[in-house]
Amino acid sequence: MTDTSYPLYLDLAAGLFLLTAVGVLWRHQLAAMIRLFALQGAALAAIVAILGVHQHSLELILVALGLGVLRAGILPYLAARALGDSAAEARETRPVVNVAASLLAAAALTLLAYAVTQPLVALAPSPATAILPAAVAVVLIGFFTLVTRRRALSQVVGFLLLDNGITATAFLAAAGVPLIVELGVSFDLLLVVLVLQVLTTRLRTAFGSSDLDELRELHD
Amino acid sequence: MTILLLLAPIGLPLAAALLYAVAGWRPRTTAWAGVASTALLAADALGLAGTVTRAGPVHTAGAVLRADALSAWMLLGVAAVALLACWASPAYLAAGHTSAAQARWYAILLHLFIAAMATAVLAGNLGILWVAVEATTIVTAFLVGHHRSRTALEAAWKYVVICSAAIAIAFLGLVLLYYAAQHAGLSGEEALDWTVLAGHAGQLDPAVTRIAVGLAVIGFGAKAGLVPLHAWLPDAHSQAPAPVSALMSGVLLPVALYAVLRVKSVADPALGAGYLRTLLTILALATLALAAVLLIGQRDFKRMLAYSSMEHMGLIALAAAIGTRLAIAALLLHMAGHGLAKTVAFLSSGHILHRHAGSRIADVRALATRMPLLAGLFGLAVLALLGFPPAALFASELGIAHAGADAGMSWATAAAFVFVVVAFAAITAHTGRMLLGPPPAAAADGTAPAVFAPATALPLVAGLLGVVALGITLGPVAGLLQAAASTVGAP
Repeated sequence: MTDTSYPLYLDLAAGLFLLTAVGVLWRHQLAAMIRLFALQGAALAAIVAILGVHQHSLELILVALGLGVLRAGILPYLAARALGDSAAEARETRPVVNVAASLLAAAALTLLAYAVTQPLVALAPSPATAILPAAVAVVLIGFFTLVTRRRALSQVVGFLLLDNGITATAFLAAAGVPLIVELGVSFDLLLVVLVLQVLTTRLRTAFGSSDLDELRELHD
Repeated sequence: MTILLLLAPIGLPLAAALLYAVAGWRPRTTAWAGVASTALLAADALGLAGTVTRAGPVHTAGAVLRADALSAWMLLGVAAVALLACWASPAYLAAGHTSAAQARWYAILLHLFIAAMATAVLAGNLGILWVAVEATTIVTAFLVGHHRSRTALEAAWKYVVICSAAIAIAFLGLVLLYYAAQHAGLSGEEALDWTVLAGHAGQLDPAVTRIAVGLAVIGFGAKAGLVPLHAWLPDAHSQAPAPVSALMSGVLLPVALYAVLRVKSVADPALGAGYLRTLLTILALATLALAAVLLIGQRDFKRMLAYSSMEHMGLIALAAAIGTRLAIAALLLHMAGHGLAKTVAFLSSGHILHRHAGSRIADVRALATRMPLLAGLFGLAVLALLGFPPAALFASELGIAHAGADAGMSWATAAAFVFVVVAFAAITAHTGRMLLGPPPAAAADGTAPAVFAPATALPLVAGLLGVVALGITLGPVAGLLQAAASTVGAP
């Protein structure tokens, strides 16, 4: 990879990374949302791998492989399993904010991300930090998905988007946090998804569906 | 020797968890292993406190684990509440007709929870602190959902989703702090070590650090029950089994605030005291206002205790905003006093719940005449929480008010204490309705509720004695408290 094509590949991967997040807001079907999330995991792994190749760092390339297995393989698999047999018809029917408004919100959040990340880019301008706004935009879109979707599984996907965005920020800004912390983070993430999967199963046994609209018993 | 003192607080609960995984929960034998393990933990915490007071901070190789006076103080709190919670657990599980498998899981997760909190307060850098705080969410998820009722599952779901998202935001903050530290010439684990970061505070890019610190404080603050991400707290604390509620309210919230204090120790030298003072004052006053308003119309006594926790955390966040040495000393005393008093309150509320149809305040009448011992313990715990002398919370609230006036924050402090008075009135009225009044007509089916055995009351009495003792004299831990206050407090 030459020095001129490096920013190009990086921009391409970051574009895919952001586009998949917007795609999650656009699609209704939970199965499609999980596929988009898997694609985003692959884009994340590609970003890290490109950074690794550019910096001639074997460690980063290996981390990229691990990230790819976890976020494009294991996590989507677990999410799909939580979906159960009802995969075909499981849809996000009544989001708090409808799709058109969600897409507008995604555009606004992306602009916001560009505004707030200005000091981050200014600290060390480089092709890698130039795409930090895309990573932060994914964080914001993930958070937005988390608070505006009613299905248990869409909320999980929102949380995972948020986490992908944060991981991308970590690698773009600082070539990753220390390995022990990164391992702890990945392990924690895996456990959170497992916990959520078990809870979804129990919720389904108790409620008959995992539509969080049914969660109305606790309030003041 | 010091290495052992640092490793034992994590090793002991892990060993207890392993024992329960292998041998299961047996009411007469293994049930007491947890008590033994947490008693050893308390002894270890005392040893560590002594070492740190005499010889200053200690750490393991590579500073993965480290204890200064602040960590030792926090560990004492964790150990004391963990001991009371483990001591009360056999009676709680026996009264709740828990199956053997459920009791085993309860014991395993409870001790993993204690191990995670010990790791958090002994962590040597912000990265490990973060991993430990996140681990507490994972292990307590199924403890909150222990009863498997609809409400318990709903509470567990909200708890995991909100806390994981909040703690992820805190992680984004740490990532950006690491980024700023890298460009200040630090690398590797050094760049997340708060002592090194505070030493290089002048070189941190202020614009990036400002974003980083704001995200970290909001993220960890959510785990401490501060607005805006507080919605999980009343649900989780009211649905969890009573000993778990005691641990979550009595020490998990303070552990999250401890993380905020560590972030503050980096932020203040880098950005000046004004930035976090403003942010924390806003969060503190909003939390206090919300808790006070929701306490007024409260109909459920466990939720009442949960909102009271939010009120106390708001007050503690205000003390952190003031940030002087007196304020931090009062904050630490308040954490300890609140931890013990809230433990007794939650444990006795668990016993009250077992003897009534539900946790509605309206279900409980004339407790003082029907079950004088239980009513007395609950009433005294609530009085301690309200800040009556000689409880430690009286001294600490006076300290916070005094420090606020000294630091030129009279208006914020006055506003905070207005909310405290509203909460005081609301809690007094609700508790009065539970304890006093005419006794209800005899139960229609003629069954009398289970007798509250004096042996069951022992951990509760011990907790109350602790609160009072801390309020009268600090005794041997006075030196530790002063040292802890000067590690993060501005002179």
